[in-house]
Amino acid sequence: MKKTKINEAHYILKGKMVEFCGWDLPVQYSGLNTEHVAVRTTGGIFDVSHMGEIWFRGREALRAVQHLISNDASKLAPGRIQYAGLLTESGCFVDDLLVYMIQENEYLLVVNAANIEKDFQWMKKHTARFDVQLENRSEEYSQIAIQGPVAEKLVQEFTDIDLKPMGYYHFASGRVSGIEAIVSRTGYTGEDGFEIYFKSDAAAASKLFLDLAGKGEKYDALPAGLGARDTLRLEAKMALYGNDIDDNHTVLEADLGWILKLKKEGPFIGGEALARQKQEGIRRKLVGFELVDKGIARHGYPITVDGKSFGAVTSGTFAPFLKKPIGMAYLPVEHCAVGDEFQITIREKTVSARIVDTPFYKRNK
Amino acid sequence: MAKENLLYSKDHEWVRREGDAVVIGVTDYAQHELGDIVFVDLPAVGKELKKGDPAANIESVKAVSDVYSPVSGKVTEANASLGGSPELVNQDPLGEGWIFKMSVEQAAELDELMDLQKYEEYLKGIAGE
Repeated sequence: MKKTKINEAHYILKGKMVEFCGWDLPVQYSGLNTEHVAVRTTGGIFDVSHMGEIWFRGREALRAVQHLISNDASKLAPGRIQYAGLLTESGCFVDDLLVYMIQENEYLLVVNAANIEKDFQWMKKHTARFDVQLENRSEEYSQIAIQGPVAEKLVQEFTDIDLKPMGYYHFASGRVSGIEAIVSRTGYTGEDGFEIYFKSDAAAASKLFLDLAGKGEKYDALPAGLGARDTLRLEAKMALYGNDIDDNHTVLEADLGWILKLKKEGPFIGGEALARQKQEGIRRKLVGFELVDKGIARHGYPITVDGKSFGAVTSGTFAPFLKKPIGMAYLPVEHCAVGDEFQITIREKTVSARIVDTPFYKRNK
Repeated sequence: MAKENLLYSKDHEWVRREGDAVVIGVTDYAQHELGDIVFVDLPAVGKELKKGDPAANIESVKAVSDVYSPVSGKVTEANASLGGSPELVNQDPLGEGWIFKMSVEQAAELDELMDLQKYEEYLKGIAGE
């Protein structure tokens, strides 16, 4: 199993360790619900070093990025970030990612742990004709996410970067505990928060994590594991690659039209198929639901609409902050209005679910 | 409830004799492994169970697991308090967090369960794996 440079800290903090995408990572420390609620009310500190960092550098770096992604990276300025889809020819997802514009001719693409090698090969293959160098530096970089209402105060104690004026989806370079780092106002929880990218040895990485957790006590912030990360992102209706988005569902079907910029300059992979789909209309759409009956609908549980089978739950859990069972699923467009009901088979029982407005949880700004 | 007076299954259920019937719940080890319990799907009263049949489902935020019937018999009562407060299984697994009661068809099946000392040795074996 692979270990992040923060691995030692998880054992010191008595994390309950599991294998995730080949990595030895904590699913929880003090408890999933406690950690989840801490992120919503105070703060949580996550090791997300398993995420991938791929650098694009060169005269045609922007053209290469634009060719690969659904969003319009030409709108970026140095210090700005964009969420985007890395798409197949049919407009489905190879992955979802963040694009950081470091400076002119230099971009950082942050991708999912499970997809690093696949994405890197895909990116190289489809940008061969551009004057750009791609470098997969995922192994070198550690990443810590600090999320929740106290995140700004907590991280500010460690860095010379002035965090207060930093906008959402902006970033800056500076030092965190003396280590050179990129600090961005981003996250995967639905809360305000920061993600810190840095290169260091294991001792320094573990120390930074432990120091953040230690200083976090003052703010009632807790180290948080993969369990809370998953339930937090689901309450905020953020898609998880492999569950809610994959190479079988398009950007439009995933209800992520806002990251699709068909009018951007130049052709891009998946653009033609999506322009066609936009004109013809989609036949299924990713929606959020709550259960009307008791139970918890989880990933893979079969769905029936008007007595006919229609796929399965893509993500489902008991939402620890909202305290109710929620989930996401693709439903036929003629049955995907808020209030519409459908059925889910939970083991041998059939229960009713109702489509609701999403995100399930939205923070007060 | 004193854990010394209970019998234990390899699936981490505990069994307490109560006259001709037994009360069944999950052990502290089981509730800890499950994590925060948010829903318990209880068996219907009157349901006939064979030893080893899934009798109830316990759902934590992350996972669902079965509670197996440690003996053969008929369900006589289910713990209705778990409907509104499933967290009782976490807070007091051997007491308020009991799951169901059932009649016992063959008393001999109870002899196949472990006492506390054997169960604790069994847990040590699991930890050593």
